[in-house]
Amino acid sequence: MLATAIIVFREVVEAALVIGIVMAASRGVIGRGRWVWSGVAAGLLAACIVAGFADKLAEAAAGAGQELFNAAVLFSAVIMLGWHNVWMRRHGRELAQEMNRVGRAVTAGERPLYALALVVGLAVLREGAEVVLFLYGIASAESGTALAMLGGGALGLALGAIVGLTLYFGLLKIPVRHFFTVTSWLILFLAAGLASQGAAYLVQADWLPPLGRTVWNTSDLLSEDSLAGQVLHTLVGYVSRPDGVQILFYLSTLVIIASLMRVFRDKPRRPAA
Amino acid sequence: MLDRIRFASGAALAMALLAQSAVYAAEAYTLTIKDHRFSPATLEVPAGQKIKLVVKNEDPTPEEFESKPLKREKVVSGNSEITLTIGPLDPGSYAFFGEFHQESAQGQVIAK
Repeated sequence: MLATAIIVFREVVEAALVIGIVMAASRGVIGRGRWVWSGVAAGLLAACIVAGFADKLAEAAAGAGQELFNAAVLFSAVIMLGWHNVWMRRHGRELAQEMNRVGRAVTAGERPLYALALVVGLAVLREGAEVVLFLYGIASAESGTALAMLGGGALGLALGAIVGLTLYFGLLKIPVRHFFTVTSWLILFLAAGLASQGAAYLVQADWLPPLGRTVWNTSDLLSEDSLAGQVLHTLVGYVSRPDGVQILFYLSTLVIIASLMRVFRDKPRRPAA
Repeated sequence: MLDRIRFASGAALAMALLAQSAVYAAEAYTLTIKDHRFSPATLEVPAGQKIKLVVKNEDPTPEEFESKPLKREKVVSGNSEITLTIGPLDPGSYAFFGEFHQESAQGQVIAK
């Protein structure tokens, strides 16, 4: 049961952290819960479908289907996160005015909730598909372990949720006037980390050269298997043995999103779009 | 957005070209999963060249082949197989495991 819990926890924690950040970034928007939880539900459904077709997916694209699918999911999330940040920059002024007026983060405009819902859905899909396969494997192989499996799965899920909730409530403690600056930075680094993971899948698929294997190795110092390593892996894209191309994708994503945020930032003379 | 699209299409083209060149020059080695164990549990491969690794799952349940030092993770459905390209490796040992059955599914690649 404990082994099941640990594996489920490991898969759940990344999605839980993404949900925590997204819930914080959409703070004050009416109806955000509906969007975010729809994202979770759609992600779960898609995860079951992907798990069901896992063998077909693996055979696709000359055996690189799994890698390309994961990379596509990751890069879609990167684009949505970038879009969210650019949008926030563009509407930052009205948001700030509104917040100053009311003294807290209230709904200001719509905000691209669909982008955030999609990010959540994609995170749940990626991590969820593996959980489904894993649990299905246990359920079909060993009779009489269904209860232990269910218990382990629930425990892993609960522990993952605790990590996500801790991040969310921790973020809520940040003073309102810095709040969206912090969430924008978090989303920027989250996006860069996902882009680097996507690049790793493309290297695995042999679609990208590694441009230097294991540029550094800090696995003895901080392993990605440890909780701290895994949390940092999700939040800022920590990798203990990065390929050169992962670093390239990481930095490029930071620079591209940050530049787009600068180019499209809200200026007084610019007519509202 | 336009920059991103340009960047993406340029990258896609570069990838397609690289994928073409990567098809050649890979020797194949096979790992078989049976009763949630790898055989051989120790696989010797030559260092310094690209290698094709076929992971065959003879169990009815899915497994995930994972190796942090090789930087590979891939799901292998029950009664099916996947192919991975690894290397060129420096001489040394590289641990791998089956994530869904870690208590038994352990092994290592030794590059010589």
